[in-house]
Amino acid sequence: MNTANMKSRTWKKPPFIESPMLRWGLVVGGAFYLALAFGTMDVNWGRVADGIPRGQRFVSAFFPPDFVSRAGDIFDGILESLWITIISTVAGIAISIPVGLGAARNLSPRPVYLASRAILAISRTFPEIIIALFAVKLFGFGPFAGFIALSVGTVGFYGKLLAEDIEDMDPSQAEAVRATGAGWFQWLNYAVQPQVMPRMIGLGMYRLDINFRESAVVGIVGGGGIGATLLTSFDRYEFDSAAAILLVIIGIVMAVEYSSSYIRKWVQ
Amino acid sequence: MLRLVDLVKQYKTGDTALKGVNLEVPDGQVMALIGPSGAGKSTLIRCVNRLVEPTSGKISLNDMELTSLSQGQLRRARRRMGMIFQEYALVERLTVMENVLSGRLGYVPFWRSYFRKFPQSDIDEAFRLLARVGLDHMVDKRADELSGGQRQRVGICRALIQQPELLLVDEPTASLDPKTSRQIMRLIKELCEERKLSAIINIHDVLLAQMFAERIVGLQLGEIVYDGPPDGLTPDVLTQIYGEEDWEATIEKVDEDEEEDLDAAPKRAAGSE
Amino acid sequence: MPVTETASDKLWKRRDRKTQLTVWGVQFVCLMIFVYCWSLVSEKTIWEFVYDAPRQAGDMASRMVPPAWDYMDKLWLAIWDTINIATLGTLMAVVMAFPIAFLAARNTTPSVVFVRPIALFIIVSSRSINSLLWALMLVTIIGPGVMAGVLAIGFRSIGFCAKLLYEAIEEIDTTQVEAVTATGASGPQILHYGIVPQILPAFAGISVFRWDINIRESTVLGLVGAGGIGLQLNASINNVAWTQVSLILLVILGTVIVSEWVSAKVRHAII
Repeated sequence: MNTANMKSRTWKKPPFIESPMLRWGLVVGGAFYLALAFGTMDVNWGRVADGIPRGQRFVSAFFPPDFVSRAGDIFDGILESLWITIISTVAGIAISIPVGLGAARNLSPRPVYLASRAILAISRTFPEIIIALFAVKLFGFGPFAGFIALSVGTVGFYGKLLAEDIEDMDPSQAEAVRATGAGWFQWLNYAVQPQVMPRMIGLGMYRLDINFRESAVVGIVGGGGIGATLLTSFDRYEFDSAAAILLVIIGIVMAVEYSSSYIRKWVQ
Repeated sequence: MLRLVDLVKQYKTGDTALKGVNLEVPDGQVMALIGPSGAGKSTLIRCVNRLVEPTSGKISLNDMELTSLSQGQLRRARRRMGMIFQEYALVERLTVMENVLSGRLGYVPFWRSYFRKFPQSDIDEAFRLLARVGLDHMVDKRADELSGGQRQRVGICRALIQQPELLLVDEPTASLDPKTSRQIMRLIKELCEERKLSAIINIHDVLLAQMFAERIVGLQLGEIVYDGPPDGLTPDVLTQIYGEEDWEATIEKVDEDEEEDLDAAPKRAAGSE
Repeated sequence: MPVTETASDKLWKRRDRKTQLTVWGVQFVCLMIFVYCWSLVSEKTIWEFVYDAPRQAGDMASRMVPPAWDYMDKLWLAIWDTINIATLGTLMAVVMAFPIAFLAARNTTPSVVFVRPIALFIIVSSRSINSLLWALMLVTIIGPGVMAGVLAIGFRSIGFCAKLLYEAIEEIDTTQVEAVTATGASGPQILHYGIVPQILPAFAGISVFRWDINIRESTVLGLVGAGGIGLQLNASINNVAWTQVSLILLVILGTVIVSEWVSAKVRHAII
């Protein structure tokens, strides 16, 4: 052991970012941003103080929530949300299959590919709520607008994943089926579908789950469903009913999530 | 001296891994524990520092009863036992130095370890150990950038910086090539001699066990079936431990090895394997 | 049995009779559910509006061009607010999700019976309520403004981040933890040396991923008064100022695309 030349050598943990300029730059920049962000937040503390009793009333309304006095409205709203969820999921997936096929690079000619990708990009960028807002303007208040909004959202979500899944599939299987002289639709049915089907069923379940959550909010802009009921009870300061509605939403979301994950496991 | 008395371990699944093991390891002895997979080797050494809770029996290290310690006492007792792992078990996203210093965690308070402010004496010792195993130029490399042999050296440093009285070594060579395996085993043996450490080494490779250990214990289905010197491993004994197989080749080679300089061994053995 | 033998031939069918009937049955039931739901929705729909929609849409589109570019001056602050809502909300969520994830993960929770269910409940209720609903509640309680938006995004994201993080914690390499335990380290030391380094990359990835989603979500919070560009959108729609609306939509599009690009870059750099 040569301990002679080993005097006290100090050691420091090497910093995460090596260049000190960049490191301190990021720290200072971050602090500056935070200061600026909080500075411009412009909190009306008077209004917050006003809100405290209301907040207390709201929170205390959770114990006990009032399921009874608006039971009819809640029930109708929930059912409407469920209808919207189901038909928009089915319709959205139905539309997204051709779009998704078109958006798969290994399947489609270039113009079709670009057009399909454009459709997907646009329907994915805008949140469902904004689409719902316009749907309400075009189709009038009610569940139809919500249905349109969620369908568009579903197309963006499902079509993109379908396209990616097809692009990732095993090309040798596809080649083998093509080599038998199969037609295009036969080829889809025998080579592509078996490869992507299990995952896509799972994703369909997942989207059903997402659509229910979203259907609870499209009502806020007039798209029907439980969201409308919730907004009404907020506007009337019926916080105990609002609390009841929120609890019902949580309950159903949990049930849908649980059953969808169960079905997904069962399918795969 | 480490003493195990009637050590029994039964897992929740109902498997009995150890069926009343009695064993004494005197100070300064390097002991190899051999046996087939599932014989209970891993369970045995993990019972010693209670990473696995023994079902019954007693374990004492230098007259300290380990099986009845409270959580805090157990932490202090664990500092006295260094452990070296199969697959190295380094914390991969920490640097070499941090991994070595993590061997001192039992000695420093949380705030010091949090800010990486280890006492200078610990850092000196870490440098000394890393120099001893030939890694002092890689102090600030991340553990996942090292090769297998280098990682195991770091693992050894982490165990030794604890200033242990006993080394628990679990399959140190299982994921290394034959040459590196020998180097690592030799390093462990030399370090044990330098520091008068006793060690229990779990090992699959009978050859390596015979080369580097002064005592061999054979474990089979949770029971000790052989306990003696390396040259007592006859074909009969090996059959008793591992089951029927042609053992002659293994044994002869070892007998030759022991006559020769250790440095010559790796090349020849690697060539003939 | 898919293969049946008749006197002369072996017949092969994809499914035997019973399975085939079940498949048809399930398909029929699904179809019926769909038709039933559809009829209920259509009952509440005024079809005249729907038939009229394409003309309306064309009309709306024609009134949207050209976008009112000079309105941009008033949008900068809204964009700044939107980004702040997303960033500060994510920051708040991440800070709170970190300890909750440790309480919820099976291998780090102090008590599987008492603490874990509470942590899981927090995660589930945070996730089940859409950020717009959180915003609705918070606007009622603390009044409209950016603050409500930040909190809404934060509350919604806690559950999301904590869920992904605790799944990452449950998947760590246990031998590394074992090795740190064997040195005699205390509980917090094991956490800090054995577990945190392993989940840090996942943690950073989750944060950036959620930030990207939050940019998108914070563009709509204004619809219920919780600040951000949604406020302007709502106001412009109510004033039927369609040229402003189209500008706002373009701005949202741009912001979302930029945030997606940034998050992809950052995630690429981390992993």
